[in-house]
Amino acid sequence: MEKFIEHTGLVAPLDRVNVDTDQIIPKQFLKRIERTGFGKFAFYDWRYLEDGVPNPEFILNDPKFNGASILVTGPNFGSGSSREHAPWALSEYGFKVIISTSFADIFRNNCMQNGIVTVVLSSKEMDKLMTNAMRIPNYKLSVNLETQSLSDNLDFSAEFEFDPFRKDSILKGLDDIGITLQHEEEISKYESKN
Amino acid sequence: MSNNLTMFEKIWQKHIVAEPKDQPEILYIDLHLVHEVTSPQAFESLRLNNRKVRRPELTIATVDHNITTDDTRTEVIKDEIARKQVETIRENCKSNDITLFDVWDKEQGIVHVIGPEQGYTQPGMTIVCGDSHTSTHGAFGALAFGIGTSEVEHVLATQTLRQRKPKTMKVEFKGTLSKGVTAKDMVLKLIGQIGTAGGTGYVMEYTGEAIRNLNMEGRMTICNMSIEGGARAGMIAPDQTTFEWMNGRNKVPKGSEWDKAILEWEKLRTDKDAKFDSYVEVDCDDLEPFVSWGTNPSQVLPVSAKIPSPEDFEISLDSQSCANALEYMGLKPGTRIEDIHLDRVFIGSCTNARITDLRNAAKIIEGKKVNSNVRAQVMPGSTLTKIQAEKEGLDEIFKSSGFEWRESGCSMCLGMNPDIIAPGERCASTSNRNFEGRQGKGGRTHLVSPEMAAAAAIEGHFVDVRNW
Ligand code: SF4
Repeated sequence: MEKFIEHTGLVAPLDRVNVDTDQIIPKQFLKRIERTGFGKFAFYDWRYLEDGVPNPEFILNDPKFNGASILVTGPNFGSGSSREHAPWALSEYGFKVIISTSFADIFRNNCMQNGIVTVVLSSKEMDKLMTNAMRIPNYKLSVNLETQSLSDNLDFSAEFEFDPFRKDSILKGLDDIGITLQHEEEISKYESKN
Repeated sequence: MSNNLTMFEKIWQKHIVAEPKDQPEILYIDLHLVHEVTSPQAFESLRLNNRKVRRPELTIATVDHNITTDDTRTEVIKDEIARKQVETIRENCKSNDITLFDVWDKEQGIVHVIGPEQGYTQPGMTIVCGDSHTSTHGAFGALAFGIGTSEVEHVLATQTLRQRKPKTMKVEFKGTLSKGVTAKDMVLKLIGQIGTAGGTGYVMEYTGEAIRNLNMEGRMTICNMSIEGGARAGMIAPDQTTFEWMNGRNKVPKGSEWDKAILEWEKLRTDKDAKFDSYVEVDCDDLEPFVSWGTNPSQVLPVSAKIPSPEDFEISLDSQSCANALEYMGLKPGTRIEDIHLDRVFIGSCTNARITDLRNAAKIIEGKKVNSNVRAQVMPGSTLTKIQAEKEGLDEIFKSSGFEWRESGCSMCLGMNPDIIAPGERCASTSNRNFEGRQGKGGRTHLVSPEMAAAAAIEGHFVDVRNW
């Protein structure tokens, strides 16, 4: 997993509620056996028209948001299927941070496993960010995981909560299995008892 | 042990391997179910890191998502990438000594159907699978939840999972169901009530008279859809109904071991003085059959209702979500649910394709013909379910009514195989998700019970199955 300490990037707004993982990466693209190659299919059904031409109505296709790496979006983002292909697709598309008022559990876990930082803000803060991202050209945010804070270079700043264990893993780019295997003895002990 | 624990807490505590300071608990996993879609990257990464599957005997695999449900299913899959995925799980199971129920085995089926069917799923267990509907197995009083592929790898390598302890919610279904009203309607009503994120962060325990009166298939239907309310797991305390259903199945203890197991399982029940973090009540006395009208499983209404208008919602996000849904679904506010006409009917999936689901649907259609505007299909939840149904002659009832009787698999629940609905087609479906594009790009899904789906197939539009 790639380390994440601090990131500054262009913000894209996706003002929808309950965006489920079927939308983030539709099922026809789940057949690959690799972890890569999903980015070009992210949001496929919204992003492309029938004939595979980019849908000009879809906000992420707006050239203004080309190269965005921070997504601000509505509540309950990532609900539905547990497919980790969703964070893989978002990450390959270029998103490093996703900001919302709430996330679905499994999706958030999956993001943690892939070094994507999911930031939960209050609805008031979200409204402000959503408006800024839509109105201010080339709107950027800096997100710092170490200090659990984010800000633009105008007047917005906020702090967010983050699981200390997950924070440590993401800051250092560690994978869980290595850390768990430090408890090998306890696992074996549990197995011999049960 | 103190005597004020919930069933969830009892199972949780028993499975803690370690509680490292400031870290999520390390939880032992008793049963790991694997399917072809969410596992290949996990096995690949194990290999790259030179790690082995720790307990292959606690791991079982099947193919269900990609396979076809017609008579070509044992042939080479035409879709090259799907074929590769199925071949990959075969290789991975072979090289790691994992039991695989393959497409030609009679034990094959949808992963959440075959676990209970063969008695792998047992009360008190921790069960995971790279699939959000793992919550199904909670119907037996197990703690069962879906995980992502990185976590699949973690379980393969360590037989444990890192988890922070979730909160608990007691969901009490009060009253008794009237004829024609089912477990599916109970759970659709619940999700309509709490919303798709209402259970986020919680494990739900379903209790109450209406739950006690359900058979195991109905209980599985309810636990299956826990995730649709945002909860990762849902559980029901095991009782006589559970034990009778399990008795004699392939993998359950036999003889005196069985009696001993029951004594243990009975202790799992939530203690009288246990506290839950949250409580929800659902009244079932006047419950009607439910139909989903929108593009998430909380957008549901009783069959006697009319399609809402965005103005009916006070919160602007709900109103926006209603407007988006109506546009996608091609529905106008004020339309009676019973006036919604259908092109397709799908009886299948891990929610509602078990033997009693098929029996109940067959009863509705016996001696009648599917409406000429409708293409109706049944995909049994497992091959053993299919064999049983054929023994009972259900296949003949379906076929002579004009239903297609097909092989088992996830099929049109998510359309990863060739079974999809066309853009603009409208389908009454016994599955669990009505997301945009779920059953095929542009396809419109209405979630209902098997009985409601069957009656709709005959009439060509929704009808109140209570008057059937
Ligand atoms: S039947 Fe549908 S919900 Fe169930 S496991 Fe298969 S795809 Fe998932």
